[in-house]
Amino acid sequence: MTFGVLQFPGSCDERDALAACERIGDARLVWHGDDDLGDVDAVVVPGGFSYGDYLRAGAIARFSPAMVAVERFAADGGPVLGICNGFQVLCEAGLLPGALLPNEGLRFVCRQVEVEVTSVDTAFTAACPAGQRLSIPVKHMSGRYFAPGDELDRLEAAGQVAFRYAPGQNPNGSARDIAGVASQGGNVVGLMPHPEHAVDALLGSDDGLRLFESLGVRASLAPAAS
Amino acid sequence: MKARVLIRPKEGILDPQGKAVERALPALGFDGVSQVRIGRLVELEADTTDGLDQLCEQLLANPLIEDYEIEWIDDGRATEDGGR
Repeated sequence: MTFGVLQFPGSCDERDALAACERIGDARLVWHGDDDLGDVDAVVVPGGFSYGDYLRAGAIARFSPAMVAVERFAADGGPVLGICNGFQVLCEAGLLPGALLPNEGLRFVCRQVEVEVTSVDTAFTAACPAGQRLSIPVKHMSGRYFAPGDELDRLEAAGQVAFRYAPGQNPNGSARDIAGVASQGGNVVGLMPHPEHAVDALLGSDDGLRLFESLGVRASLAPAAS
Repeated sequence: MKARVLIRPKEGILDPQGKAVERALPALGFDGVSQVRIGRLVELEADTTDGLDQLCEQLLANPLIEDYEIEWIDDGRATEDGGR
């Protein structure tokens, strides 16, 4: 399993993402100007402030050559994980439904939260029992998940809500406590919490590893998924 | 031609920035001000009016959460055009 971790000007979590991926397999950085992902089995779009988050978080990064390659990779069924700013980029690119708005409280939030796995039918949750709680940190300014009400109904019915903040722990005013969503095929997943910062019990939790481990589980369950 | 693109949060979407400004006003002695909403203004020059709508939909605004208006400024005469 080889992971490609994107790196934009302004990314800041790509090293932690790389280190998290390396606990599962091989990993290497993919510069935003590269229009070829090379021989990777999965892509991580990491957190940070791509292109300074100018205009809107993630708005400009989606036009980078590497993201064009990621869109092709995702269209072919390749697993793609967007974390925080990466989630914002994937929403802006239309690979995931919805948008991320400034936090309800207008404050940057940085804390450990409990996140419930609400759909196990995605590339990055297949290793989790449904309803499992993961302790993962959030750190963001624009993490309020939004989609129109009928779209939220559709996402819930289709099992595309992958993660919710545990009751009472919604840090940003996200609609229906949604912390992360998946694409229709389940191969693209985005979330605001940072699983790559929770991969070692020494740092408080290794629950984030479940997301990365899920890739192997899903591959063995559905080898022909594409 | 010059254009101004006015981008604002869609109606019904909570704008915490506007709320924060609104809450600060009474402390400064400005009473009776409500419904403060904050958007952004993009000024640009374009060779043609073609394609600016697409440019707005694909980059300047996110149509899921924002509305935009394009105002063309030609020889000092402003015209409203398109937008949503």
